[in-house]
Amino acid sequence: MVDVQYDALADAPPAEVPEVELYHPKSWWTRYVFSQDAKVIAIQYSLTATAIGLVALVLSWMMRLQLGFPGTFSFIDANQYLQFITMHGMIMVIYLLTALFLGGFGNYLIPLMVGARDMVFPYVNMLSYWVYLLAVLVLASTFFVPGGPTGAGWTLYPPQAILSGTPGQDWGIILMLASLILFIIGFTMGGLNYVVTVLQARTRGMTLMRMPLTVWGIFTATIMALLAFPALFVASVMMLFDRVLGTSFFMPALVEMGQQMKYGGGSPILFQHLFWFFGHPEVYIVALPAFGIVSDLISTHARKNIFGYRMMVWAIVAIGALSFIVWAHHMYVSGMHPKFGFFFATTTLIIAIPTAIKVYNWVLTLWRGDIHLTVPMLFALGFIITFVNGGLTGLFLGNVVVDVPLSDTMFVVAHFHMVMGVAPIMVVLGAIYHWYPKMTGRMLNDALGKFHFWVTFLGAYLIFFPMHYIGLLGVPRRYHDIGEAAFIPSSTHTLNAFISIMALIVGFAQMVFLFNLVWSYFKGRPSGGNPWRATTLEWQTPETPPGHGNWGKELPVVYRWAYDYSVPGAAQDFIPQNQPRAKPALQGAAP
Amino acid sequence: MSAIVLFMAVIAVIVGWWLSQQRLTAKPWLEEGAPGDFPDADAMTWPAAKIGLGVFLAVAGSLFALFISAYSMRMNMVDWRTLPVPGLLWFNTGVLVVSSIALQWAYLAARTDDMENVIIGLCAGGASAITFLVGQLVAWQQLRAAGYVVASNPANSFFYLITAAHGLHLIGGLVALGRTTAKVWRGAEMAQVRLSVELCTIYWHFMLLVWLALLGLLTGWTDNFVEICRRLLT
Repeated sequence: MVDVQYDALADAPPAEVPEVELYHPKSWWTRYVFSQDAKVIAIQYSLTATAIGLVALVLSWMMRLQLGFPGTFSFIDANQYLQFITMHGMIMVIYLLTALFLGGFGNYLIPLMVGARDMVFPYVNMLSYWVYLLAVLVLASTFFVPGGPTGAGWTLYPPQAILSGTPGQDWGIILMLASLILFIIGFTMGGLNYVVTVLQARTRGMTLMRMPLTVWGIFTATIMALLAFPALFVASVMMLFDRVLGTSFFMPALVEMGQQMKYGGGSPILFQHLFWFFGHPEVYIVALPAFGIVSDLISTHARKNIFGYRMMVWAIVAIGALSFIVWAHHMYVSGMHPKFGFFFATTTLIIAIPTAIKVYNWVLTLWRGDIHLTVPMLFALGFIITFVNGGLTGLFLGNVVVDVPLSDTMFVVAHFHMVMGVAPIMVVLGAIYHWYPKMTGRMLNDALGKFHFWVTFLGAYLIFFPMHYIGLLGVPRRYHDIGEAAFIPSSTHTLNAFISIMALIVGFAQMVFLFNLVWSYFKGRPSGGNPWRATTLEWQTPETPPGHGNWGKELPVVYRWAYDYSVPGAAQDFIPQNQPRAKPALQGAAP
Repeated sequence: MSAIVLFMAVIAVIVGWWLSQQRLTAKPWLEEGAPGDFPDADAMTWPAAKIGLGVFLAVAGSLFALFISAYSMRMNMVDWRTLPVPGLLWFNTGVLVVSSIALQWAYLAARTDDMENVIIGLCAGGASAITFLVGQLVAWQQLRAAGYVVASNPANSFFYLITAAHGLHLIGGLVALGRTTAKVWRGAEMAQVRLSVELCTIYWHFMLLVWLALLGLLTGWTDNFVEICRRLLT
């Protein structure tokens, strides 16, 4: 083998990327509160999402207490139970996961990973956060209005969502719809930034095929979200009209309490189409950033290049495109034409192909890698296993004939919690352990992290595996009290109590994690600039945490892809993306 | 849902075409080297604001395609009573066309550094867009006076909803146009406003296009067209 050495002199002239005019904060307020710096906005997004996520966590405890020990807790009645499930679902899917992956990780990582100084429209980016915060506050306010939050279920299906039998019919549903509309407006502002920054503000040498998969995932998911959220917007506006102005977009003719209502002729199915035209891409809006991040975690912590980078990129794009033509698989029991059912079942199962490619590639990246069982790696491994599990039950539910009997049972609840609850949360947690050193300059405590991982991972399985079984028995979802039914054996009640206790334990493990976040911020081990010896640009910043403008005087220049780990002959087991080309050393050159 | 699926297909074609220019078949693990070794692979050179507008138009387009989808699904229900479209809408459409032409005028003037005509174009475009909005409000008044209130029939509800959505988008455009005009007014150099004028013009043409599609839908002209397409497909 030819000896190679790495020439410290740059091959290329310094970056000629036009310098963007950076907004320079002048006071404490504009530096930390009304900041236009993507990194500060990212942390604001993450803290807000975590705060409202904690509310959703407590709500899940309430639900589990009721399901595990029905009748024991007098403060949970049937109406409150419905309100809890609705708010838990809506918060977790939209206000936590979407906001955290795109608003949090997107803002922090995109400019750093593509070598930009900031997002391209910093002011709009700042507005995006404040509108998001307003949406969260409007949502949270529904807990305090007369009638409380809506209990319509997170899918908000009409007609029941706006009828008086559903809790929160007064203000809850109106504020929920208003909050969703605000969220979408705020997200659109942020989303424009993420997309245009990737398209336009990449540094020299950062070709699309040299971008880390994290950026690919967030980029594709943002495009999907920009195109899918309008469907929720339209549905929300139309339902708001039905509720406030008495129109009949979705509301059929109804008799309520013996009275003929003013509605007539509307189509609840129309709402379902609009909702799921958003709702299914939403699954992948959460999953694609997770796919991207987990690829980078695995590659870095296994010290090995990602297997099949091109396939990974193509699979992300293919999943993004396919996810727009599967929405009606959420509507098999709505009485659709069997040919439509067949079409949507087919497209649904086709998505399994690019997804399986990704899973194989992660496993093949691990194969004979130098696996370091760090906390981020543990979470990444936990993700792969959980995602495969959740994906397999997706094959059941994607088939019309299997779905019909399982529809609206706890099996569905277990399925989607595995695939889009636990799996993406595993990635969120792994990513926080991975990038926290860059954000704060300190490592998170390792022992607490391992404790957190094992309790969360094993606990999640002990919660959701038995839930599949309960669902197969036919226990319906959304029921406050399943009562005594011939098809439900008494052991189900014991199992439900067990699940509830595990849910409490897993919830408390998250408190350990929050403690770790705070404690390590002050007392954690200093991390240095690149503790994981990673190749991507965010680890090569001159300062840690990165300063305003991210890079020093000059932007980095990129010479290689993001996965040069364990390159034969290299001095170190990683070569940063901004390290110039290796030159054969003169004395070692072939004669 | 055919309108939105069709719209998504168009977006997919555009994205696919763009991706096909991006060397997605490159093998990055073999392509170590300085920037410039791989032509056509660097970031886009268009100004960020122009790309941003393009992405925003895709989002707004998807919003209107969804309204059209919802409209065409709902109109097949039995209680639908088509609304008599006020004649004023034709006048309004004419005004919006004038507005678009005026902005095109401003854009062409901006390319030839003719500041005077830029100002004329911007002011005429803004004034006619405001006239359009006032005309829409008057049309609403006329309908309401004739008893076609928002909740009396889904056709009415859609009419108010869709015209409101279009009007709000136009008001957003007027904010940008107002800022551009103010910049010109304060004596900004041509180089500083050329891009803003161009972006306003693109947005105005887009809003005109959307309006024509919506007008076709609301007046029912497109029904024959859709029917022909359906016959061809089946």
